[in-house]
Amino acid sequence: MARLIPTALLLLLLLPGLALAGGIEVREFDGPVMERRYDDLTSILRCPKCQNQAIDDSDSPIAGDMRDRVYALLQDGRSDKEILDFMVERFGDYVLYNPRLEGRTFLLWGLPAVLGLLGLVLVGLLVRARRNASNRELSAEERARLDALINRERTE
Amino acid sequence: MNRRLILLLPLVLFLVLAVFFYQGLSLNPFQRDSALMAETFPAFELTTLEDPSRTVDESLLQGDVTLVNVWGEWCPTCKQEMPQLLDLAERGVRLVGVDYKDTREKGMGFLEEFGDPFEVNIFDPDGDLGFDLGVYGAPETFLVDADGVIRYHHTGYIKPQDVTEVILPEVEKWRD
Repeated sequence: MARLIPTALLLLLLLPGLALAGGIEVREFDGPVMERRYDDLTSILRCPKCQNQAIDDSDSPIAGDMRDRVYALLQDGRSDKEILDFMVERFGDYVLYNPRLEGRTFLLWGLPAVLGLLGLVLVGLLVRARRNASNRELSAEERARLDALINRERTE
Repeated sequence: MNRRLILLLPLVLFLVLAVFFYQGLSLNPFQRDSALMAETFPAFELTTLEDPSRTVDESLLQGDVTLVNVWGEWCPTCKQEMPQLLDLAERGVRLVGVDYKDTREKGMGFLEEFGDPFEVNIFDPDGDLGFDLGVYGAPETFLVDADGVIRYHHTGYIKPQDVTEVILPEVEKWRD
C-alpha cells in the first residue's frame, strides 16, 4: 500500500501530458524532408505577438496562422528563403530569430568576431611583452640595487 | 600616464554597453513599425460585413485618405476605442473597418451596440487580409493615402488624446 501512493502520484504527473496531446496539430507531410523543413522553419520564426517565443512554441492565434501558412507554402513547393521572405514582408525583421546579414546588421554579426580577434591580439601582445621583460639583462645600476637588497636580508 | 588610461578602457566599454542595454529596457517591443510602411495596401477580394453579396477590393481605398481600423467583436480594446473612432468620423475622416476573425452576426451586433463610424466594413473571417497586413492582434489601425499607400500604422489602442495629437495631424499631412 505504502508503495502504491508514490506510483499513483507519479501517474498524476502524466495528466497534463494528456491535456497537451489534445491540442497538438496533426499535419501530413510529403516525406521526412518536408517535415524537417517545417520543423526548422517554425522554430526560427518568431511569434510577433509574444515577447520571445518561436511560432512552434506558442499558442497565440497569430502563431497558429503562421504555422498554417508555412505548411501551405511548403505544400506549394516554395523554398525556405521564399517562405521567410513572405513572413518578413508582412511582419518585418522581428519574426526572424537570425537577423539577415545586411548593411545595417554588419555591426551585429561582425562585432563578436572583431572583439574576439581583438582579445586574442591583446593576449598575444601581453604575453610577448612579459616574455621580453623577463629575458632582459639587468643594467649595472639594477644589479647593484639587487645586490644591496640581498645583502640587507642576509645581515638582518 | 597614457598606459594608465588604457586600464580605463574596459570601464568605458562597460559604461557604453550599460547605457545601450538600459535604453533597451524602456523599448516597447509592440511599438515597432509595420513592415508595410510606404507599401501599397495588399490586394484583397472580400465581401462586406453589411452585405454578403457585395465584394470589395483594394480599389476601395483609393481616391481619399482613409483610416483602416482592424477590429473584432472578441476584442475588448476595440470597444474602448470606438468613441475615438466615432469622434474621428465626425471630424470628417473617412474610416473603413476590417472585421477580423469574426462572425457576421457578432460583427453586426458589435456595430449596433457600440456605434458605426465606418463607411463600410470588410469582412475577414479567416484573417487573410489581416495576415497580409501583418496584423497580430486587434485593434490595429492603418492610414492609407489617396493612392492606396500605407502611411501610418498604429498598433493597439487609440487613446482619446491620440485623436487630435496623433491621428488627425497624420491625416492632414497626407491629404495634400
